[in-house]
Amino acid sequence: MKAKGHVFKYGDNVDTDVIIPARYLNSFDAKELASHAMVDIDPEFAGKVKPGDIIVARKNFGCGSSREHAPLCLKTAGVSCIIAETFARIFFRNSINIGLPIIECKEAAMEIEAGDEVEIDFDSGKIYDRTKGTEYQGQPFPEFMQKIISAGGLVSYTNEKVKSGSN
Amino acid sequence: MGMTMTQKILAAHAGLESVEAGQLIEAKLDVVMANDITGPMAVPVFRKMADKVFDKDKVVLVPDHFTPNKDIKSAENSKSIREFAKEQGLTHYYEIGQMGIEHALLPEKGITVAGECIIGADSHTCTYGALGAFSTGVGTTDIATGMAMGELWFKVPSAIQFVLKGKPGKFVSGKDIILHIIGKIGVDGALYKSMEFVGEGLSNLSMDDRFTMANMAIEAGAKNGIFLVDEKAEAYMKEHSEKEYKIYTPDEDAIYDEVIEIDLAEVRPTVAFPHLPGNAHTIDEIEEMEPIRIDQVVIGSCTNGRMEDMRRAAAVLKGHKVHPDVRVIVIPGTQKIYKECLKEGIAEIFVDAGCAFSTPSCGPCMGGHMGVLAAGEKCVSTTNRNFVGRMGHVDSLIYLASPETAAASAIAGYIANPEKVGA
Repeated sequence: MKAKGHVFKYGDNVDTDVIIPARYLNSFDAKELASHAMVDIDPEFAGKVKPGDIIVARKNFGCGSSREHAPLCLKTAGVSCIIAETFARIFFRNSINIGLPIIECKEAAMEIEAGDEVEIDFDSGKIYDRTKGTEYQGQPFPEFMQKIISAGGLVSYTNEKVKSGSN
Repeated sequence: MGMTMTQKILAAHAGLESVEAGQLIEAKLDVVMANDITGPMAVPVFRKMADKVFDKDKVVLVPDHFTPNKDIKSAENSKSIREFAKEQGLTHYYEIGQMGIEHALLPEKGITVAGECIIGADSHTCTYGALGAFSTGVGTTDIATGMAMGELWFKVPSAIQFVLKGKPGKFVSGKDIILHIIGKIGVDGALYKSMEFVGEGLSNLSMDDRFTMANMAIEAGAKNGIFLVDEKAEAYMKEHSEKEYKIYTPDEDAIYDEVIEIDLAEVRPTVAFPHLPGNAHTIDEIEEMEPIRIDQVVIGSCTNGRMEDMRRAAAVLKGHKVHPDVRVIVIPGTQKIYKECLKEGIAEIFVDAGCAFSTPSCGPCMGGHMGVLAAGEKCVSTTNRNFVGRMGHVDSLIYLASPETAAASAIAGYIANPEKVGA
């Protein structure tokens, strides 16, 4: 499994209130939420992001609220992966549960810049910055986590398992 | 190997003799809670997994965020969980007129007690750690799974131990202490970890102080905050709950990543400046700055909407008028607190001072309604987050403070020292 796209770069402590402000939380329609993604930190994001694009940020990405709307709006907007030095714990868990790959890798988070073309191999955990020609080693995704992501989230993954009788 | 309080609770709920940091476990849940923002999103996910909740006494729904409903979409969302609660026959669903802000309401109703394993689809679910429970916030998928299965997987956290000593000054409360701590360790200072509070200084903290402190553990990135259960906590639970509770104490040889001693006597009234709860300044530092003029004050929320918070704010405001350039919104946390404010004459003090006095709601804390900020406005708020745009316009500014500092600032028109106004 791979992801490839151009990078949107942010700093420390990108919180869930800027990812998707509470004023939009009277809806949980994924497409509507996606149209407001990152609006309070980067108003151009929702208009510019293309399927496959990648977010790279520094420390404590996704801090704040438990709103699953946050990873959901980024995934629906087209984000294929988030790389950060560290993630806030609820955001981390929510991302995996909805099938949005996220990787902690300090060096990549520090060095990759906005606009770089980046490719990620989830089997090996390798991150390639094609623009700079650099390579970083993140944590590989275990097989079950790749299956959750392929299925589109934990619920679909669980249902598929139940239906196929492989549980 | 010794275990922390949190590790002992998780081991007991996983049916294991012992656990250690980093271990993945499945734990049984005692309370599974959602609100009018996370609940409506969880119901369709729940329906993909089950028809009936695992236990109608253990699944709790509280419409508190956008209620009384601020618009049609919010009304539809509240309606969906109201109907779900009826259909499932939930014991603990609290409608407008009986409800409160979830994290003020659940302990007051006796729904949460020591030794329990609790999840809530709200990041401030860590509040119940004040009672000696393991309690943490989760998202929609996890809460739907919890509602269906009554159990969830966890990664056992390591912990930082905070040893409290001494007695806080008259105008220093739980909010100042937790802002001081987050200022010290940073907004990711306890990332993925437990914050465990022990020490002789505990006896100088009221339960409401402790709820405020546990509430903001998430603002240091923590998985949970938890207090050692003492006589005060036991008395609180006996007064509010009929549930059996269990007290877990940390082993003497428990392993902590760090042990931090906090002398409560040295904590000053503290304010967190925009845009992070860790951006802490003491009132003494602020007094040396140019006055920070403000447009609004909010006193309330799951952090500081409890009875003692109301009393402390009212004591400062009594006999004073709100500054003419400032709007003040006071929101008691629950109906019980609202009524107590009426009985004690506190509501009258607020109204006489020129404050708006509201029915319980999360309201302005997350920029929902009832006090949203315009561009360039500054607000002193007893809430928990001062992120960009949290309470309204992306260019508004939030200063987090205690109820007393907020009340003193409401009178002065700028961020003010409660020791001077309230003395």
